[in-house]
Amino acid sequence: MSEVLVLIEHSGSDVKKVSLELLAIAAGLGEPSAVVVGPGAGDCVAILGEHGAQTVYVADAADMVDYVVAPTAELLAQLVSEKSPTAVLIPSSAEGKEVAGRLAVATNSGVITDAVAVAADGTATQNVFGGATIVQSKVSSGTPIITIRTNSTAPFVTGGSATRVDVTVALSDVAKSAKVTNRVSVEKSGRPDLSEAAIVVSGGRGVGSDEGFATIIEPLADALGAAVGASRAATDAGWYPHQFQVGQTGKTVSPQLYIANGISGAIQHRAGMQTSKAVIVVNKDADAPIFDLADFGVVGDLNTVIPDLTARIKNRG
Amino acid sequence: MNICVCVKQVPDSWAEKKLSSTDSTLDRASADRVVNELDEYAVEEALRIVEAHGGEVTILSMGPTEAADSIRKAISMGATAGIHVVDDALHGSDALATSLVLAKALEGRGFDLIIFGSESTDARMSVVPAMVAARLNLPQLTFANKVDVDGSAIKIQRVTDYGYDEVSATLPAVVSVVEKTNEPRYPSFKNIMAAKKAPMEALTLSDLGVDASTVGLGNAWSQVASFADRPAKPAGTIVTDDGTGAAHIEEFLVAQKFI
Ligand SMILES: Cc1cc2nc3c(=O)[nH]c(=O)nc-3n(C[C@H](O)[C@H](O)[C@H](O)COP(=O)(O)OP(=O)(O)OC[C@H]3O[C@@H](n4cnc5c(N)ncnc54)[C@H](O)[C@@H]3O)c2cc1C
Ligand SMILES: Nc1ncnc2c1ncn2[C@@H]1O[C@H](COP(=O)(O)O)[C@@H](O)[C@H]1O
Repeated sequence: MSEVLVLIEHSGSDVKKVSLELLAIAAGLGEPSAVVVGPGAGDCVAILGEHGAQTVYVADAADMVDYVVAPTAELLAQLVSEKSPTAVLIPSSAEGKEVAGRLAVATNSGVITDAVAVAADGTATQNVFGGATIVQSKVSSGTPIITIRTNSTAPFVTGGSATRVDVTVALSDVAKSAKVTNRVSVEKSGRPDLSEAAIVVSGGRGVGSDEGFATIIEPLADALGAAVGASRAATDAGWYPHQFQVGQTGKTVSPQLYIANGISGAIQHRAGMQTSKAVIVVNKDADAPIFDLADFGVVGDLNTVIPDLTARIKNRG
Repeated sequence: MNICVCVKQVPDSWAEKKLSSTDSTLDRASADRVVNELDEYAVEEALRIVEAHGGEVTILSMGPTEAADSIRKAISMGATAGIHVVDDALHGSDALATSLVLAKALEGRGFDLIIFGSESTDARMSVVPAMVAARLNLPQLTFANKVDVDGSAIKIQRVTDYGYDEVSATLPAVVSVVEKTNEPRYPSFKNIMAAKKAPMEALTLSDLGVDASTVGLGNAWSQVASFADRPAKPAGTIVTDDGTGAAHIEEFLVAQKFI
């Protein structure tokens, strides 16, 4: 069976859930091989083996992450020419899509972004136009390069173990032309990652203030073990940081449950959450378009409904 | 400082978009055509840079005849000239072909900076800027929410999942900007009038030396096999809060095993 390369997203030894989901999808296409880049890459081998990787290519040279995107793309291009894989699967993050784009140019291959499933023959399913249309497409030239959204499938534990293969790539001068000089982390909340969370509690203009997020939205999220999201109206107002924006120009999320509070449901917001499995809406305007997506909706004031709900969940212990 | 901004004409993001039932490409007639909103931030950033450092801004777009309107619209924000790549053979081109054509149109013109929006609101791939940087062998400084140019040095803040990275490079370079970078200006009356007379270069594939058999729908690197509307969601249960709203949500959460 031919290899399927899977680019792993990780921070140190902490492998992102999406990477394990991609290994499960890769198993349906061929023999999963993981590719891990940067410091800590070697610490990911065991968990990747347990989730189906047969081989783990480890490129832990520091300069792999000292420059923007291009080093990873050059490494993958080298592996594609050496291994002739059936496909390359990459997480559909902003950075993942850029890696895919450069790899497509370098290998003269077709690229499909934001897939949610890949059939055994390589046909990818994409939700386009904010989830309103479902498209089946297939790469017809070169090695299929497919980026896949988080939460498209469940990780699968095979209990196996992988062979570690250390790899190096001689980076081109252009790959080293955009240098990362500093990394700045904004404060971590301790809540689950927005794009991976099973439940997202989201707030919009109806939340009214940053204080509303702190006293109404965050407590409900914490009672449910959920991530917090926000509409653009809320991030533009400065009530919540931009990286939590859900929608066309923010994150695309596909949780088991999305709770939209004080969000009207503009088409650009729906584009980021339309594929959520279940949706609860709290909005005081019964005509808000977001109710069209609701499995369960309450026409009411979030300032009374949400604290009551949070207290009820907490009382259940 | 000479800057080129790549601008795409797209269907209005407020409209429901559709694929064409004949060839599965974007149905451009089904919605108003506008400048990709996210590219307005790229134009604004370019104008601010030339206002501080001198120079001119050129707008480049690949698209059908009507895309010229969007180029003029972008010029009316304060740019100087436009380049329009227009050729029937381009219909249905994918990101690989688009990046190839844009790179060919940019090549050899001596731009110090090429600025993109971070995403087109129709294709939503966010790959064209990285692809063009790769094709032109230029530094890639993408997803910038802050851009600083100083002589031939450029520094950006690249938005990441955890915050941002500071990235530096030497010009010429490729940049894409996110919507939090700036607030795009409205065109002034004077600039709207000037845009009507601004020089516009129209280029075909043969002008660029691109073989028509490498681009367009039939030659795309990937093909749409089929598409369908998402099945309509069955209507949910909507209740009006009379003091029991929270209790009803709690029941739903229990029934669905979320709590
Ligand atoms: C190119 C482009 C990209 C965009 N990208 C995004 C994006 O990524 N994400 C995004 O979210 N938007 C995006 N937008 C903006 C989008 O069009 C809307 O403006 C935005 O989503 C509105 O946010 P909102 O629903 O919070 O605010 P509003 O539309 O103002 O809705 C607020 C809602 O709160 C309700 N409400 C008010 N008070 C209460 C209360 N006390 N209790 C209960 N309900 C209450 C109101 O009834 C109303 O329905 C984009 C727009 C453009 C043009
Ligand atoms: N046909 C085009 N003409 C000019 N610029 C384009 C075109 N397509 C994409 N772009 C640029 O590339 C960016 C990203 O597009 P995309 O990769 O399609 O999401 C856009 O914001 C534009 O700046």
